[in-house]
Amino acid sequence: MNYIFGTWHWAISGFLIGLTMLILTYFGKSFGMSSNLRTMCSMAGAGKFSDFFKLDWREQKWSLAVVLGAFVGGFIAFYFLSDGSGVNINPETIAQLQTLGIDAPNGKLMPDAIFSVATLQSPKGFAILLLGGLLIGFGTRYAGGCTSGHAISGLSNLQLPSLVAVIGFFIGGLAMAHYILPLIFKTA
Amino acid sequence: MKLARFFLTGIFFGIVLTKAEAVSWYRIYEMFYFQSFHMYGIIGTALFTGIVGLQIIKKYKVKDYNGLPINIIEKERGFWRYIIGGTLFGLGWALVGCCPGPIFILLGTGTYAIAVVLIGALLGTYIYGLIKDKLPH
Repeated sequence: MNYIFGTWHWAISGFLIGLTMLILTYFGKSFGMSSNLRTMCSMAGAGKFSDFFKLDWREQKWSLAVVLGAFVGGFIAFYFLSDGSGVNINPETIAQLQTLGIDAPNGKLMPDAIFSVATLQSPKGFAILLLGGLLIGFGTRYAGGCTSGHAISGLSNLQLPSLVAVIGFFIGGLAMAHYILPLIFKTA
Repeated sequence: MKLARFFLTGIFFGIVLTKAEAVSWYRIYEMFYFQSFHMYGIIGTALFTGIVGLQIIKKYKVKDYNGLPINIIEKERGFWRYIIGGTLFGLGWALVGCCPGPIFILLGTGTYAIAVVLIGALLGTYIYGLIKDKLPH
């Protein structure tokens, strides 16, 4: 049963993610997660301050249902389909993280150094999470999509703008991982 | 219930992304250091599946669930919005290790600190909405 409770093989995972996109296409919709952030802003009344949020969020209910399902899916996978044997990353990566003061996974999905409740309560820890969120929210809306909308849907449809966006994802990601993260965590 | 099929698709997606560990900060970090094939294998296979699937849909003019022609939306042309917006998102992706989908999935796995990332992401989206007319697209 290890093939269910352990890490799913990349080929199976990738196929099922591609299938999710195709299922939503078959339902007459498109696969994109970040647009829900815009919908949520609209629901909160942001339309009063910017026309960008003047949309009828009821038309996006289907997408909110996907997101709510994803939340439940995360819950099911974590509490009922995991045996704690996963997240076996490269030992080299673990050693490298150690020099930054970031704990090894040992089956955890997320490092305590960034996501524990204690970290969350420190000003620096809180600022990192908030800044990460700001970049994700602002960047995805500016680029008109995220990993699902551009890297999967857009590239699957051979869209040049999506290729440019994905190149951007990697420019930003590589700069953060190689140059900025060490600056943030080395002194911690 | 019209929304049930979307809710079920979401559950499926949440389980797959969690079990694939694509929601894991560690996997994203490892990916940006090219120290594992795992994430590249996932993205590559998803793309292969997607490209083949969409080609079949187009070639055979497959009708959607409601019997209507499937219309796959083309992305708007442009350069600056994609490269600048993409880079900003990439910075956030590597910092907190998640993209918008996993934010919701990780809340389900009990990673409560992600709520702060979600608040930030909503604020970021809101700020974009306020200043978008002043930005190059």
